[in-house]
Amino acid sequence: MIATKTDVKTFRGEVTTWLEENYPASLRQPISSYKDFFWGGRNQEDVTDDLKLWFNRCYEKGWVVPHWEKKYGGGGLTLKENTIIAEEMSKIGARAPLQSFGVSMLGPALLKFGSEEQKMKYLNEITSGKIRWVQGYSEPGAGSDLAGLQTKAEDKGDHYLVNGQKIWTSFGDKGDWIFALVRTHPDRPKHHGISFLLIDMATEGVSTRPIKLISGVSVFTETFFDNVKVPKENLVGTEGEGWTIAKYLLTHERQMIGGIGDAHKPTPLTQIAGEKVGLTNGILSDTLLRSKIMNFEMNEALLEMTIERAIDEAKAGNDAGALSSLFKYVATEQNKTRYELKMEMEGFDGLEWESEASKNGALPREFLRTKANTIEGGTSEVMLNIISKRILGLPSR
Amino acid sequence: MALIINEEQQMLKSSVKEFLKERSPIAQLRHLRDTKDSTGYDKALWTEMANMGWVALNIPVAYGGLDFGYTGLGQVLEETGRTLTASPLVSTVLLSATAINLGGNLLQKEAVLPYIAAGDLIVAFALEEGRHHHPTNISTTATGKKGGYSLNGKKVAVMDGHVADKLIVAANTDDGVELFLVDTNTEGITTERVISMDSRNYANIQFDNVFVSENATLAEYESGAALLERTLDIGRIGLAAEMLGGIQETFDRTVAYLKEREQFGVKIGSFQALQHRAAHLFCEIELCKSIVIKALKAIDDNSDDLPRLASLAKAKLGQTYQLVSNEGIQVFGGIGMTDEEEIGFFIKRARVVQRMLGDSNYHLDKLARMKGI
Repeated sequence: MIATKTDVKTFRGEVTTWLEENYPASLRQPISSYKDFFWGGRNQEDVTDDLKLWFNRCYEKGWVVPHWEKKYGGGGLTLKENTIIAEEMSKIGARAPLQSFGVSMLGPALLKFGSEEQKMKYLNEITSGKIRWVQGYSEPGAGSDLAGLQTKAEDKGDHYLVNGQKIWTSFGDKGDWIFALVRTHPDRPKHHGISFLLIDMATEGVSTRPIKLISGVSVFTETFFDNVKVPKENLVGTEGEGWTIAKYLLTHERQMIGGIGDAHKPTPLTQIAGEKVGLTNGILSDTLLRSKIMNFEMNEALLEMTIERAIDEAKAGNDAGALSSLFKYVATEQNKTRYELKMEMEGFDGLEWESEASKNGALPREFLRTKANTIEGGTSEVMLNIISKRILGLPSR
Repeated sequence: MALIINEEQQMLKSSVKEFLKERSPIAQLRHLRDTKDSTGYDKALWTEMANMGWVALNIPVAYGGLDFGYTGLGQVLEETGRTLTASPLVSTVLLSATAINLGGNLLQKEAVLPYIAAGDLIVAFALEEGRHHHPTNISTTATGKKGGYSLNGKKVAVMDGHVADKLIVAANTDDGVELFLVDTNTEGITTERVISMDSRNYANIQFDNVFVSENATLAEYESGAALLERTLDIGRIGLAAEMLGGIQETFDRTVAYLKEREQFGVKIGSFQALQHRAAHLFCEIELCKSIVIKALKAIDDNSDDLPRLASLAKAKLGQTYQLVSNEGIQVFGGIGMTDEEEIGFFIKRARVVQRMLGDSNYHLDKLARMKGI
C-alpha cells in the first residue's frame, strides 16, 4: 500500500525497473491493428511469441488487471498503483498485456452485480487469458432503441431456452463466451423484462456470420441463437433487471470508444502537417487546412483538460458522473475530425487501398472505421438526448 | 495542481455573485447607457467592490493588496461577466496592476498599487493602434529627449481611457518596445471618448510630443516586450474568465426559456432540434470551464506554458461566446431581437470582448506558429 509521496516514488521506481527488464524489445513498435495485441481465448491465431511472453510475465506478476483482487487473478493493488503502472507503461509505449472485453466491460459488471461463485470462475478465466468474451447487445431491430431487443430466453425449469439474433458482435467469430441481453419477461414494460445472461458459444445452436464493412474488413459478426440451452446459474443479477447492468456497462463501453484513459496518445497533427503539406515562409502552405487543424488541436487539448478536471472534481467529491455522455460525444466527434484531416493531409497517398506503400490502405480503412465511433455504444444523437434530458432537464414530448 | 477552486475561492465567488446580483444587474448597465452617464460606470459600486478587497486580489500585501492570486481574481471576473458589470476591473486591475507589479520599480509600485487597491485610481492600458490586435507591431514612438522621452502616436480602443488618472502606454524606443506610466493630464495628450456597442467605454488617445521622465518606464522585467507579452497573456486569461461568466449566463437564460416558452401547445424545449443544440452548447461550455481554470492556475504557478494556455483560452472562449450568444437570440426568437429583452446585451459584449487582446483567429494563428506551422 502506498501512502506517502516517498512511497509513490519508490513504487514508480520499481515499476520502471520491472518494465525495463520485462517488456520485450520487439513490441516497442507502434500499433497498427488489433492483431498487435494479445486477446487470449481458445482460438488464438497469429499471436507472436513475444506477445505471449509479455502476457505471461504480467500474469505471473498479477499485472494483467493490477487493481483486481488476487483471488480473481489480479494484483490486489490500489487504483493509485494501477494508475502508476498504466502511466509508466504509456511512457515506454508498452501495449496492454491483454486486450479484452472481459477486462474492460464484463469484469466491472460482474464485480458490481455478480455472485461470488461467478466472480471466482469468470474473472479468473479472464485474467488468465483462458476465455475471450464478446458482447451481445444490439439486434437488427434494436440499435439506438436497445431496450426494444427481442432475443428471448424462456424459463425451462433448470435452464433457459434462448432464441433470436444479435448483430454487431465485435469479434463474434473469435469469442468463446458471450454476455448477452435477453428478454425473459415479454409481458413487462420493456426496460423491466430484460436479463443479463452468460452464454458459452460452443453450446449447440450458437452460430456466427461475419459482416463485411465499408473498410473491407470484418471485425463484427451476426450471432444466431437457435434453441440454445443456457444453465440457470449463468444469469447475472436479478432476473428481469438486466437493463440496470446494461446501462452500467455502457458507461464503460462509452469511455472505451471515446478512448478515455488510453495509454497511447495519437501524434498531434501539427507535428506531421508540415511534412505532408509543406511550409511557405514557415506557415503551412494550405492555410485553410491549417485553421482546421488548429481548431481540432485546440479541442483536443481542452478535452484532455476536461478529463483531468472531471477526475479532480470526482476526487473532491463533486458529482462528475453526468459527464460520461459528454466525453463519448466530444471524443468520438473529434476522432472523426482527426481522420478527415489526416485524409486531407495525405492527398493522393491517402487514397491507396491495396499497395505495399500504404500498408494495404491502412489510413483510408481506419478513416472509414472512425465513422462508426459516433454510432456504436450509443450514437451522438443518443448522447445529446441524455445530456438534454438528464443534465439540462429539458422536457420530454 | 487540481483543476478545481478551493474553499476560500468558492466563498469569494459566492459572495461576489450575491453582491452583483443585488447591486449590479443588467438593469444597471441599461441605466448607465440610457442616462448617458459621463463616466460609463458606477463609481459608488466600484468603491464598494474596493472596500471588500475585490480590486486588490492580485496586488501584494506590501502594496495594500490581498495577494489572493489570479485564480481568485478570475472568480470575480467570471461573476462580473454574468452580470455584465461595467467597471474598470479589466483595465485597471487585470492589466495595469499586473504590468506595474511585474515590471515596476519600488517607487512606481508605491505610487500606484495601493491607490488601485483602495479603488481610488483608474489606470488604463494603451496598446492598440489599428483595426486589429497586433502587439508586436507598435508605431507609437518614444524618442529620447533630455532627461526622458517624447511620446508620439495614436492609441485606440483604450478601455476606460476617458476616466483614467494614469495610462500605461506601449511605445517603441531605439531599444524596442517599452511600457510607460504616464499621467493623463500631461501636456500633449488628447482623449476622445468612444461609446461602443456593449455600452462600455473606450478612448482614442492622441500623443503629441508628450514628455515623460526617464523614470516612467516599467523596466524591472527582462525586457519591455516580454513584460508586454506576459501582461497580455494574463489579461487574455482574465478576459476568458469574464467571458466564461457571460457564456454561462447566456446559456442558463436560454435553457430557462426553452423550459418556459410554449408553441404548438408544448414547451419548445421538448423539440429535439433545440435540445440537441442546447446539449452541444453544454459540451462546449464544459470544455471552456476546463481551460479557464487550468490557465488561471497557471498564472498563479508562474507557468512557462502560459502563452499556449492563454491563446487556447482566448480562442475557445471567443468562439463559444459567439456561438452561445447567437443561439440565445435564435431560441428567444423575435423577443430576443428587442432591446427590452436582456439576452441582446450578451451578444454585444461577446463581440467586443472577442476583439479585445486578440480574437480567436489571432490566437489560433499564434498557436500554429508556436507549433512551427
